[in-house]
Amino acid sequence: MKKLSLAEHSVRELNSALHDPRAMDDGTEWYVSDPDGRHALACGLNDELQVTIDGHAGYYCAGMNQHATVVINGTVGVGVAENMMSGLVRVRGNASQSAGATGHGGLLVIEGNASARCGISMKGIDIVVGGDVGHMSAFMGQAGRLVVCGDAGEAFGDSIYEARLYVRGQVESLGADCIEKPMREEHREELRGLLAHADMDFDPGEFRRYGSARKLYNFHVDNAGIEQGDSHE
Amino acid sequence: MSERTEDWGLRESATFDRRTIHEIQRAADTGIYDIRGFGAKRHLPHFDDLLFLGASMSRYPLEGYREKCATDVVLGDRYASRPLHLDIPVTIAGMSFGALSANAKEALGRGASAMGTSTTTGDGGMTDEERGQSRNLVYQYLPSRYGMNPDHLRMADAIEVVLGQGAKPGGGGMLMGQKISERVAEMRTLPAGIDQRSACRHPDWTGPDDLAIKIEELREITDWKTPVYIKVGASRTYYDVKLAVKSGADVVVLDGMQGGTAATQEVFIEHVGIPILAAIPQAVQALQEMGMHRRVQLIVSGGIRSGADVAKAMALGADAVGIGTAALIALGCNHPRWSEDYQRIGSEAGFYDDYQAGQDPAGISTQDPELAARLDPERAGRRLANYLQVMTLEAQTIARACGKSHLHNLEPEDLVALNMEAAAMARVPLAGTEWIPGMGT
Repeated sequence: MKKLSLAEHSVRELNSALHDPRAMDDGTEWYVSDPDGRHALACGLNDELQVTIDGHAGYYCAGMNQHATVVINGTVGVGVAENMMSGLVRVRGNASQSAGATGHGGLLVIEGNASARCGISMKGIDIVVGGDVGHMSAFMGQAGRLVVCGDAGEAFGDSIYEARLYVRGQVESLGADCIEKPMREEHREELRGLLAHADMDFDPGEFRRYGSARKLYNFHVDNAGIEQGDSHE
Repeated sequence: MSERTEDWGLRESATFDRRTIHEIQRAADTGIYDIRGFGAKRHLPHFDDLLFLGASMSRYPLEGYREKCATDVVLGDRYASRPLHLDIPVTIAGMSFGALSANAKEALGRGASAMGTSTTTGDGGMTDEERGQSRNLVYQYLPSRYGMNPDHLRMADAIEVVLGQGAKPGGGGMLMGQKISERVAEMRTLPAGIDQRSACRHPDWTGPDDLAIKIEELREITDWKTPVYIKVGASRTYYDVKLAVKSGADVVVLDGMQGGTAATQEVFIEHVGIPILAAIPQAVQALQEMGMHRRVQLIVSGGIRSGADVAKAMALGADAVGIGTAALIALGCNHPRWSEDYQRIGSEAGFYDDYQAGQDPAGISTQDPELAARLDPERAGRRLANYLQVMTLEAQTIARACGKSHLHNLEPEDLVALNMEAAAMARVPLAGTEWIPGMGT
């Protein structure tokens, strides 16, 4: 395992080393200590590296990740794993706003709570949150799955496209064009797989499913004044 | 007005003219606002309201055909280790695949590359056609993040973080369902055929302090090689430019309200934002006060049509300009050869602005395969290169007449204004006077 302390090295030195094709030489495991909330740690990775960040990270940790596994033993700031393409990012603590924003693929696991706009504009990423998510989560979610093992804040799934949402606890309110949908066996099976992948021990039968009513897909005069939670069905 | 109406002494209202009456009746018929493409069509103070003071006794001109007048520009050397080196200061502004056909995007790349300048992606990601034909490709980083991926980010020659555009500062993009083909839908991860609504705010930052960290992330991902532009629609330009510089921009792109769009509400196009003429001096002032003029380059766009416009923008302090609508016209948009086709869809060559409808007879703002096939990207690319060549020669002609051996040497002192509005906005004297309204002189 290669070790790098951010008390002794800069963020630039860390990312430069992780981007270097030689980062895979002599093993794929990296241990990063003393992150102390620094931003843009382990972003833009493009190899099957195993990176452990031992402590709290700032904004955009593991941003645009491809292939790599990044584990953060602490909390993370805004936009963890934003625009992730593939790989796995696991946050042992809580996450700030916009976790997994615009992600195209891979799995983001947040073992604690996630703040507002978790999964905003998600485009294929899977996100599993052990606790609660804040308001406007999955806003304009296009594709992928968001699993919330706790509660969801207000305007959940606002203006959603085709992302699939599962919530175990309460939803404070649904956003425009987001509706509850029947939970069939195929969905429980999908959820079972996601929870197992995320190492979360919950019963899929305790979750409810939400998605798009698809009533905002075309501009129409009757949509002009649509309220949150309205499905116009 | 016909002879008959003159006989009757009919008088058209200046307030409720026929255009206004038509729009009220259209609104009453449909119950929804008008969406169209193109840019502002109302009369606005513009570069036409400025003139150059050619050299005579007090200034020394350069010989028009023989003496050097350089046109090159370096963009993005504040932080990036690989800034762009362009041969001419006329760049192609961001326009998406989706809004435009793949052939049109390829043609833009071909024309720009032939003249040694850059072209720009748009809200929808990077196409192979565009990357393959563009020597210098600027990759837009937009609120929607459609098609955004780190491979393309690393392939880009520059990154343009888009906060807004001149046609709709404060608004997100639209792409109507008839243009969401299977390929466009796949690139944007959207269902085919829906009316796509782009976000107006970025999903993972909310202010200049956050943006500075976002830019740091983009630089880390690209190993500090790639210049980062920030694009703003012209509105509170002085403050926006200061904040863009503070956020770490290598280049500021400033788009005036005459800038084009593929689809936006007409009320937005005509009533939000300020003319580029008013915005440039604000931007230059902001840069100068921060000691960043020429260090952070300024690209301006929104109604640039000719070499005279290029020269005037640069004299006001821009380092380069961007063209969008003019580039499409050079490709063949609104060409009279398609006059009958324009009439068939209720328009006319020279008036066509329904870019959102996807029925463009010229094959440019469409995803219809038959219409798109009308545009030969090689021939259209040559037309664009010709046009860029003419603009460059025109700008050089003016610069030499003002005694300048480089377009960047043009300065406000070379300009006068034809009317008070332009003088006040551009901060140059009214012609024949030394008076700059609002400047206490």
